[in-house]
Amino acid sequence: MSAQAQGGGDVPPLLELSAVSKSFGGVAAIKDVDFRLFEGEIHGLIGENGAGKSTSMKVIAGVHSDYDGVMRVGGRQVRFRNARDALDAGIGMVHQELSTVPDLSVAENVFLGQQPLTRFGTVDWRRINREARRLIASLGLDIDPTTTMGALPVGIQQLVELSRVLFSGARIIILDEPTSALSPPEVKRLFDVLRKIRADGRGIVFISHFLDDVLEISDSVTVFRNGRTVASGPATGLSKDEMISSMIGRGSIGMHMGESAELASDDSKPVVMEAEAIGDGKMLRDVSLKLRAGEITGVYGFMGCGQIEFARAAFGKIPLQQGRILVDGEEISFRSTADAKSRGIAFVPENRSMMLFRSEPIYKNVSIAILERIHRLLLKPDAERSITKTHIDDLQIKTQGADMELGSLSGGNQQKVALAKWLTHLPKVLILSEPTRGMDVGAKEDVIRIIKKLRDQGVAILVLSSEPETILTLADRVTVLRKGVVAKEFSSGVLHKADLLSAA
Amino acid sequence: MQEAGETKAGGLKAVLTDQLRNIAPVFTLMVLVIFFSAASPSFFTADNFMNILSQVSITAIIAVGLTFVILTAEIDLSVAAIANAVGITLAYFTLQPEYVNIANLPLNGVIAIVLTLATAVVFGLVTAFGVTWIGIPSFIMTLAMMQIANGVSALLVRGQIAYNYPDLITTLGTESVFGIRWTIIVAVLFLAAGHFVLKYTRYGRYIYMTGGNREAAEYSGVNVKFIIGSVLVIGAVCSGVAGMLAVAYFGSAQQNQFDTYLLDAIAAVVVGGTSLFGGRGGIGNTIVGLLVLGVLNNGLDHIQIDSFLKILIRGLILLSALIINVYAQRLREKG
Ligand SMILES: Nc1ncnc2c1ncn2[C@@H]1O[C@H](COP(=O)(O)OP(=O)(O)OP(=O)(O)O)[C@@H](O)[C@H]1O
Ligand SMILES: [Mg+2]
Repeated sequence: MSAQAQGGGDVPPLLELSAVSKSFGGVAAIKDVDFRLFEGEIHGLIGENGAGKSTSMKVIAGVHSDYDGVMRVGGRQVRFRNARDALDAGIGMVHQELSTVPDLSVAENVFLGQQPLTRFGTVDWRRINREARRLIASLGLDIDPTTTMGALPVGIQQLVELSRVLFSGARIIILDEPTSALSPPEVKRLFDVLRKIRADGRGIVFISHFLDDVLEISDSVTVFRNGRTVASGPATGLSKDEMISSMIGRGSIGMHMGESAELASDDSKPVVMEAEAIGDGKMLRDVSLKLRAGEITGVYGFMGCGQIEFARAAFGKIPLQQGRILVDGEEISFRSTADAKSRGIAFVPENRSMMLFRSEPIYKNVSIAILERIHRLLLKPDAERSITKTHIDDLQIKTQGADMELGSLSGGNQQKVALAKWLTHLPKVLILSEPTRGMDVGAKEDVIRIIKKLRDQGVAILVLSSEPETILTLADRVTVLRKGVVAKEFSSGVLHKADLLSAA
Repeated sequence: MQEAGETKAGGLKAVLTDQLRNIAPVFTLMVLVIFFSAASPSFFTADNFMNILSQVSITAIIAVGLTFVILTAEIDLSVAAIANAVGITLAYFTLQPEYVNIANLPLNGVIAIVLTLATAVVFGLVTAFGVTWIGIPSFIMTLAMMQIANGVSALLVRGQIAYNYPDLITTLGTESVFGIRWTIIVAVLFLAAGHFVLKYTRYGRYIYMTGGNREAAEYSGVNVKFIIGSVLVIGAVCSGVAGMLAVAYFGSAQQNQFDTYLLDAIAAVVVGGTSLFGGRGGIGNTIVGLLVLGVLNNGLDHIQIDSFLKILIRGLILLSALIINVYAQRLREKG
């Protein structure tokens, strides 16, 4: 445990926000936020979706420059005009949304904006590639640094982005939900690295909705609610319940995400969709799965186990190289996602930016998947708006209205919009990849309730996740994938988290 | 609509950022009109206004299709070449005067027009096939199509000039009704239809969404290949109609007579503020872009200026429009 943690005393905090407020178009996103980060400290930052975590960290990282209040770095008052200023002051941030450059190589991404040069002032490629390999290896990545970034799975990209900031030499490191795309062993390696870095006298802010992770890694914890700091203190002695109640501002909600679950599969339910030994020629081989009406099938596996490819193949996004897919007993080969949709299949990918239109209003984001049901030929925007309003209410999406630009929503609320897309007319099969990623406890509970309701209405649901809790809370039967093949299937009895972890 | 204004953006700065791509072209247009009106007494007259409209009408028809294409974040460099080839095809299907030495295939007027339109569709389908099925970037594919269309033109006329077209086309290309040239009326109809489709139909929404984020459109079950393929066909058909009217308007059909139209059509769309990155803009923007271009070309004729300098000036205007276009996009992405 770091000595200085809440020291105060003589050492000025590495970073201090005093009464910082920031509003967008007259609406406050954060109000009078106080926040102190000390040297050698890992500081957990938690709060519900839309609480203002990302916004306040973006103020620190120079992304938002027009804010009220005072920021001090090492005791000196500063005001950054842009992200470059913040970087020069030793502040590095990994944003909630992946911000890697897909067309550049892994090594170039690691050294983005700070490439080492040779004596002659040219880019030192040998060194870049060598160093990049070494740096990403310390996060457990064994990939060729010359690989194009865009070709890698999201989780790996996340690790590469982390290594860019972790090893940039920044003294203040802000990680906005860094683990949401990582599997448990990767999270563990990240934590090892964080602990090592902390020892060098830096300060790290760790934002996450995984409260166990926050408790494990943090020295102190700050809680935001509705744009304000509501609690801040050492992590020792803090319990998960206390964290939750201060996040939501009332007694803890009853439900806890499970450590174990009683499976309730029912073979008498009709099979709606079936995959027979499908493979994509790369990540996925011989995977067979049956989806039944009114049942939730969980697919668990670490990142890279093939679940991402499975979901895409089932939605017609990537072509099958082997096996076949049957819908209602009839063999179908999808030529496009539109084909899959017209068969009643719906899909929410794990990365929300993949299915959202950032600069379009919310209602257009929601209606895009159901336009043909609302309109014959001509658009009826008012119908789209009113449908969207009901979803905003049902899912408790935090926004000022259906006309707001999607990009103005907090990360978790964007995720809810991605789900809302498919909820107006029930699909026959709903494929959800990481449905609760990036959601706060309350939102997770909402989404879980909604998914279960859909199941009870007869939808065949496939949930793919690398979070055991999500699978355990939702699934009626579970398939574990490992390296692209089915490693184990569970369909009855009590399933423990440990069973999943050891099978994967 | 009701909530759109105040709550959405808030603050003047935000509105300006959001609307830069729409405001800048209108502002440019006003400056140009004021400048030329002051510089030349013959500029600001009703006659000259009709002149300008008629000068941009052919470009306008091409620009409608190109707006569709650019909104999906694709590009079509073959529009002028296709207009040329289709115009020549029409002449090929029409009986030419004795002295025109072309081995052609004269047909009944209506059949000639239908067949010629079909040629345009075929051009579009080939482009669509290359871009969506094979996966050739539209920039490269349409460059190839430009060459192919030029080749078709060359083969059909073999260096000759053709003069005759079906009566309907001759009327539309050369005559007026109530003092308004038919080409203007056709252009207005195309612009109106384009606007209607883009803003009020499901298909139009898909075009915008596909341009806004192709992957997201695909994950929402939009048939992105169909959307992109179809806008390329629409682009070719618009070019084809423009080509047919233009040969009548020009009074002759020959090789290379559309060379300036590619740049003009792209310029009209981009100067108008439609985003080269797709998903933003529309026919309204294109209309303003067409007027900017028309006023500029026409106005420069009204003042004493080196005709070679005109070319440079047009280039500079296009460059500044491109800068604003890219800059507006950046501002949005930051905001
Ligand atoms: N660019 C923006 N324009 C308008 N409103 C915004 C913008 N960015 C954030 N907001 C609003 O500010 C509030 C705080 O958002 P923020 O992204 O900081 O939440 P968060 O705590 O990071 O949530 P999450 O856990 O969902 O990521 C939200 O209500 C959000 O809608
Ligand atoms: Mg956030």
